[in-house]
Amino acid sequence: MTIEQKQQEIIEDFDIYDDWMNKYEYIIELGKDLPMIDPTKKTEDRLIPGCQSRVWLDAEVVDGKMQFTADSDAIITKGIIGLLIRVLNNESPADVATADLHFINDIGLQEHLSPTRANGLLSMVNKLKMAALKWSMENKD
Amino acid sequence: MTEGTKKPFSVREIRNEFPALRQLVYGKNLIYFDNGATSQKPQVVLDAINRYYSKDNANIHRGVHFMSQKATTEFEEARIIIQKYLNARTREEVIFTKGTTDGINLVANSFGELLSAGDEIIITAMEHHSNIVPWQMLCQRKNLTLRVAPINKKGELIIEEFDKLLNSKTKLVAVTHISNTLGTINPVKELAQKAHAVGAKILVDGAQSIQHMPIDVIDMDCDFFVFSGHKVFGPTGIGVLYGKETLLDRMPPYQGGGDMISKVTFERTTYNELPFKFEAGTPHIAGGICLGEAIKFLSGLDIVAIQKHEKELADYAQDLLDTFEDMTIIGEAKKKTSVVSFSMEGVHPFDIGTLLDKQGIAVRTGHHCTQPLMDFFGIPGTVRASFAFYNTREEVDTFIAAVEKSINMLR
Repeated sequence: MTIEQKQQEIIEDFDIYDDWMNKYEYIIELGKDLPMIDPTKKTEDRLIPGCQSRVWLDAEVVDGKMQFTADSDAIITKGIIGLLIRVLNNESPADVATADLHFINDIGLQEHLSPTRANGLLSMVNKLKMAALKWSMENKD
Repeated sequence: MTEGTKKPFSVREIRNEFPALRQLVYGKNLIYFDNGATSQKPQVVLDAINRYYSKDNANIHRGVHFMSQKATTEFEEARIIIQKYLNARTREEVIFTKGTTDGINLVANSFGELLSAGDEIIITAMEHHSNIVPWQMLCQRKNLTLRVAPINKKGELIIEEFDKLLNSKTKLVAVTHISNTLGTINPVKELAQKAHAVGAKILVDGAQSIQHMPIDVIDMDCDFFVFSGHKVFGPTGIGVLYGKETLLDRMPPYQGGGDMISKVTFERTTYNELPFKFEAGTPHIAGGICLGEAIKFLSGLDIVAIQKHEKELADYAQDLLDTFEDMTIIGEAKKKTSVVSFSMEGVHPFDIGTLLDKQGIAVRTGHHCTQPLMDFFGIPGTVRASFAFYNTREEVDTFIAAVEKSINMLR
């Protein structure tokens, strides 16, 4: 599935919720299911700055595809980062670095994207993309 | 205004004065419990803002024309309204600032110039970052020592420990009147006496007190009292520094520019008299006038009845929250008001805050600009409900039900 197809899938998933609380209930469930980051990787340098909750993000490239794992002490933050990871995992670094993550807007979570927002979704997105960009730059022919 | 002219306090009537309270958020009636961050504005203040910019807008103090003189009169009348409300001796003691933070920085920079290496400043462990960082910067610049008076687990200042820090080198005590995170009311009058006994001055951070209790700077005998307009039903971007005139007179100007000068030549500038010495540049004219309006509004209310109502709301909310399992109330001082901060085992404050928001309830989550205090309690942050006189018991009931619902979803 392409990044775009995965985004469409999430938008359809959220379409059935017309109530905010139901939407967040779903996000909380996603948070509980997020593949946990290896505990030894919960280090200072993997902490995303600017978040009210603590978020650790690890990025690796396996067989030319991005593999992200993450954790947070706040479950809603975890759910949102889970969505991001679902869209971006197993994609090439080049595709991740240039991805237009419009699904955040489409499912009504854009409020979390403001630069000073407490959960630092913008910082998370930047960090995900920077990891991909860094790999792309280092592995240029 | 005399006591006799004050209307009996009615929460239902007073809510009608605040249009922002009458709105739906995510389809729910707004419950605004973030008054510690900022207050909503009564119609009289909104009207004053509109009136000023519609009719009176002009630059003040030097204008020869009608509008300028009218704006000047209103701005200076606002200063007198505030002077009277604080019970300051003279209007010269009332300096308009941008807000509490600006007032503290003014004192740190100007009063700070009178201090020398080895002098000491005492703050408390419950201070807002605004009453920590300016002193740290001053201490670094002038080689002074910053001492921090500890608190107990209830969130009360430990007076005996405070006493131990006081000595002849102490030049200033900077203390919050009411803690924004804990709601603790500090015994500022007693602290002022103690500070003065060793020859030190005292600054009281009134950002969280002026909207909740009567303020009398003469009775308190503080040397400085600072507050923000927006937390006391006025506009943002305006605040007040009260200072004793003899002290302000001795202090050098903070910022240079227009309005604060008497005569300027390239060789030497002489400064204007108080309060203008500390008001460089065009002030926030609309802000000052409308803060005057807000204070006038407040002085028309029965503040004793308000105090009682707010304390009852906070106690009611705290008692109900206390019945939840794994709930910790942060801040259980014997003397506290208007604020209930809590933390819950295994649930992040940010998650509760997000879900409350979606149920139409505005609270604050996080460290509340008191990170050292969070470290003291060993928590990442709290959920804070902070009340104003326009909040109701029914709102607290709805809030408690929403907290319960949120916790059930998160666990």
